[in-house]
Amino acid sequence: MSSKNDSISKTLIVVVSLCLVCAIVVSTAAVQLRPKQTQNKLLDSQVNILRSVGLIEGKASPQVIADTFSKHVESRLIDLQTGEIVADCDTSCAEEYDYRRAMKDPMQSSALDGAADVASIRRVAGRAPVYLTYDENRNLQAVVLPVHGYGLWSTMHAFLAVETDGNTIIRLNYYEQGETPGLGGEIENPRWKAQFVGKKLTNEAGEVALEVKKPGNANPDSPYEVDGLSGATLTANGVQNTFTFWIGENGFGPFLAKVRQGALNNG
Amino acid sequence: MANAKEIKTVLFGPIFANNPIALQVLGICSALAVTTKMDTALVMCFALTFVVAFSNLFISMIRNHIPSSVRIIVQMTIIASLVIVVDQFLKAFAFDLSKQLSVFVGLIITNCIVMGRAEAYAMKNSPGMSFLDGIGNGLGYSVVLLVVAFIRELGGSGSLFGVQIMPLLSEGGWYQPMGFLLIAPSAFIIIGLFIWVLRAYRPEQVEKA
Repeated sequence: MSSKNDSISKTLIVVVSLCLVCAIVVSTAAVQLRPKQTQNKLLDSQVNILRSVGLIEGKASPQVIADTFSKHVESRLIDLQTGEIVADCDTSCAEEYDYRRAMKDPMQSSALDGAADVASIRRVAGRAPVYLTYDENRNLQAVVLPVHGYGLWSTMHAFLAVETDGNTIIRLNYYEQGETPGLGGEIENPRWKAQFVGKKLTNEAGEVALEVKKPGNANPDSPYEVDGLSGATLTANGVQNTFTFWIGENGFGPFLAKVRQGALNNG
Repeated sequence: MANAKEIKTVLFGPIFANNPIALQVLGICSALAVTTKMDTALVMCFALTFVVAFSNLFISMIRNHIPSSVRIIVQMTIIASLVIVVDQFLKAFAFDLSKQLSVFVGLIITNCIVMGRAEAYAMKNSPGMSFLDGIGNGLGYSVVLLVVAFIRELGGSGSLFGVQIMPLLSEGGWYQPMGFLLIAPSAFIIIGLFIWVLRAYRPEQVEKA
C-alpha cells in the first residue's frame, strides 16, 4: 500500500464514497423488500391465529390463509382495563393496530410495577387485539387472545383460544419463543400443547385456577391442572405466570368476565 | 488469472486441507447455534458463503485504494452491508427459516472467517482469486456445519430436514432421542471429534507442542 492512500483527503474520499455506495445498496434492498416482508409477518400471525382454533392444521398456502382468515376471523380491539370492545375501531382498524409497538410506546402503554408484573413483561398496552372466530353460519365459535410472558431466556408468545363461555380453553398455541431446544422449547410440542384442550381458566369464584404442575403431578381428571415440562421448570413457571397475568385483572380478566356474561352474543 | 492448479487449491483447499473451522478454529460461534437442524444449517451455509465470496470480491477490487489506517473499518462496512442485504432477502423469501435463524444471520458480520479472509487474502490478491477463495472457505465452513447438523438433528430429534427418520419413543416409536445433542455443548464435542479425525488422517495439521 502506497503512502498516497494514507493522506487525509484520500482517506476521506474513500470512506465517504464507500459509505454512500453501501448506504444506497442497503436502503434499496430494505425498501424494495419491505412490502413482501410485511405481508410475510401478517400471514404468519394469521396462520397462527387460525391454528389456535384448528381452522388450519400444519402448512397452508398464502392464498388459503388469507381466504380462511377473512372468512372466519374478525379482529377487534379491546380496552384492557374495562374489558369493553373499542366501539370506534372496526375490523380493518384493528388489523392495522401494531400491538408490539403499542406495548413499547409510552403513550399507548403503562409500566407495571414489581408485584403486578407477574409475567415479567414490564409494560402492558392500554388496548389489545382480540380475534373472534365464526363458523360457516356466522355463529361465534371462539375468542383468540394474544398472550406473552417471560420464560427462562426469552419472551414466549402464544395465542390462547377460548370458547364462548369465556372459560374453556380450545387450544394454546405457542408460536414464538427462544427457550432451550429439546427442553423448554418443548412448549411448542403439539403433544404438550394438547393437554390444555378443554381445561378451565378460572374456578366458580372467577379466580385464576389453571395450574402448571410439576411433570407427572397433574391430575388428569382435574379441569385446571396440566403437567409442566421435565428439565424446564423455569419455562413452565413462565407459562404459569403468563396465565396468571393475562387471565387476571391487569390482563384479559375484565374482558373474559364480560364474555362470560354474554357480551359477545348479540353481535 | 492464475493457472488451473492454483485455482483448485484456492477453491478446494479450505474443505479439508485448510479448513477454516477445523484447522484455524475460526467462526465456531455460529456453528454451535444453528446446527440443531439441517435446514437452518444449510441456509446459514448459503448465507455465509455468499457473504464471504462477495466481501472478498469487493474488498479485493478496491484493495489498492483502501487507506491502511482505516482498512478494518472499510472491510467491516462492506461485510455489514452484504449481511444486511442477505438478512432482508431471507426475511422476504424464507420467512420461517429467517425466524429460526433470528440474530445469527446478523452475526455473520462478526464471523471471524469473513474478516479473516478479507484481511489475509482479499487485501493481497486479485478479485477473481479472492472470490474463489471466499467460495472455498464458505464450502469448508459448510462441510463442518452440515456434518455437525446431521449428527445433531438425527441423534437429537430422530429426523433430517424435519422428516422423521427414526420414530420417537414419545410418539409411539422406538428411538429415545439424545437430548444432549440439542444443546450447544454437544456441537463443541462434535467439532472436537471432527478435528481429531481430520488430524489423524492428515498428521501435518497437528500443531507443534
